[in-house]
Amino acid sequence: MSRGPFLLLNEGRAIENLIEIKGVKHAYSTKAGPLPVLDGLEVAVPEGTFCAVVGPSGCGKSTLTRLVAGLMKPDEGEVWLHGERVRGPRKTVGMAFQNPVLLEWRTILENVILPLEIVAPTMSRAKRVERAMELLEMVGLKGFENKRPSELSGGMRQRASLCRSIVHKPEVLIMDEPFGALDAFTREDLWQTMRELRAAEPFTAVLITHDLRESVFLGDQVIVLSGRPARTQYVMNVDLPADRTLDVLYEKPVADMLSVLRQQIKIAQGRDEEVH
Amino acid sequence: MLRQITVPIIAILVFLGFWEWLVWVNGWPNFKMASPSDLPPAYSRYWELFLTMGWQTLWRTVVGLLLAVVVGTLIGMIIGFSRLMRDALYPLLVGFNAIPKATLVPVISLIFIGQHDFNTVLMAFMISFFPIAVSVGIGLSTLEPEYRDILRSLGASKYTIFTKIALPKTLPEFFGALKVSVTLAFIGTNLVEIVSPHGRGLGALFKSGETNGDYPLMFAVLIALAVLGIVLYYAVVFLEKIFAGWAEREGS
Ligand SMILES: Nc1ncnc2c1ncn2[C@@H]1O[C@H](COP(=O)(O)OP(=O)(O)O)[C@@H](O)[C@H]1O
Ligand SMILES: [Mg+2]
Repeated sequence: MSRGPFLLLNEGRAIENLIEIKGVKHAYSTKAGPLPVLDGLEVAVPEGTFCAVVGPSGCGKSTLTRLVAGLMKPDEGEVWLHGERVRGPRKTVGMAFQNPVLLEWRTILENVILPLEIVAPTMSRAKRVERAMELLEMVGLKGFENKRPSELSGGMRQRASLCRSIVHKPEVLIMDEPFGALDAFTREDLWQTMRELRAAEPFTAVLITHDLRESVFLGDQVIVLSGRPARTQYVMNVDLPADRTLDVLYEKPVADMLSVLRQQIKIAQGRDEEVH
Repeated sequence: MLRQITVPIIAILVFLGFWEWLVWVNGWPNFKMASPSDLPPAYSRYWELFLTMGWQTLWRTVVGLLLAVVVGTLIGMIIGFSRLMRDALYPLLVGFNAIPKATLVPVISLIFIGQHDFNTVLMAFMISFFPIAVSVGIGLSTLEPEYRDILRSLGASKYTIFTKIALPKTLPEFFGALKVSVTLAFIGTNLVEIVSPHGRGLGALFKSGETNGDYPLMFAVLIALAVLGIVLYYAVVFLEKIFAGWAEREGS
């Protein structure tokens, strides 16, 4: 059962989609010839919502993030951000990866400030520090601002990386498996932090993940991509209270959603025969 | 801090003592092997020569090294950023580096006849740019794409990405290479100074010692060269501490 891009209806009026991906196809050229990775990608993310994307590994999820960030152009189809066609990188995007990619020669504070040096060259030093400290405090890194990345744990580094990705108040936050390398407990801590950041900051988010519980806990919608070449195979609306806690993960509605998603992943992996 | 100074000094004193003892025990005459106690007389007799010649050697080595840093970094950037240029230039660079530089001395002294300063600097440069080019090239080409993307996704220019990320990230490798290059540049300078007729610098002083059978002088030159080498090497270590000190691991 697959559905097209969905529209969230609010009192009969369509909420504007901040991100729209329409009919995107893309192939990488490799030594063995063209490798199609995206084929019929449809994504629509209303402003202020959180879109989780899951799919088999190697299906083209990171390629999707690079398209939204304007780091590459699709062979076919269109990517729209805030009513404008994406033709290149833009300052209103923030990115975070599985690898926190902090600059080892900068302190945590200076790492968080980095995007402001590019995006807001005229912003005063005091303002930059104030903004960075606000975020560091929110993620529980107050007191660590003058440490080097190598002095922090993996989870703390990822927190700093998240701060850096939203320090310039981007419209869109793109995260490519940001919690993938963390242990289970740290990961759940960061899910909570992510929800707190979301409540405080105005961004619209795309989160690539391979953790179905994470996708349901953080997402307003979960998009399942098919195996390579990826198309939008399934879209699930997550109707859970905005102030959800980790406990919801152990309740019936979520259990049902997870079982549907698991089924969809099996289809995406081409293993659906086993379930019938 | 105190330990960092006293330990090497003690090591040097032990080495000099061992050397003196070795010469004394074997009863080697001066023309076979001079001993440390022969050196002070040599220095006090020729101190003016040592100063002027030492300066000659030092500035030509440093200029050659600076050239190597500039050109080596440029080549490193070219092969680091462009796959095509890497494939094209690598074999040439490796081939050039494999040529024993002594064979080039007559070649360049025939091309630039009488340009002793120029030839010396050129040789110091030619012998020492390779490690810098390779290390900068490898440092840049192995930069993880995410590092580029965090700035590129904000629309930062290539130049900004280079100065804010690629360059600082390559600095530890760069300084590692520079330490090798310092020693190589010295070899280059002295090669030309020794081989050229009417040369200048410590290499030429060494040769005049040889011509006159003044063995203590020859050994005194060798020691002076070692001292200059140590000074330059630690100058690089000092710069490394300032610019790439962050790369040092705690507790090692
Ligand atoms: N620049 C590239 N050139 C060629 N092939 C690529 C490139 N980037 C990714 N691929 C290939 O495209 C496929 C999808 O990659 P990616 O989007 O990273 O998948 P995912 O993030 O879902 O694991 C993979 O098979 C990968 O090997
Ligand atoms: Mg990926």
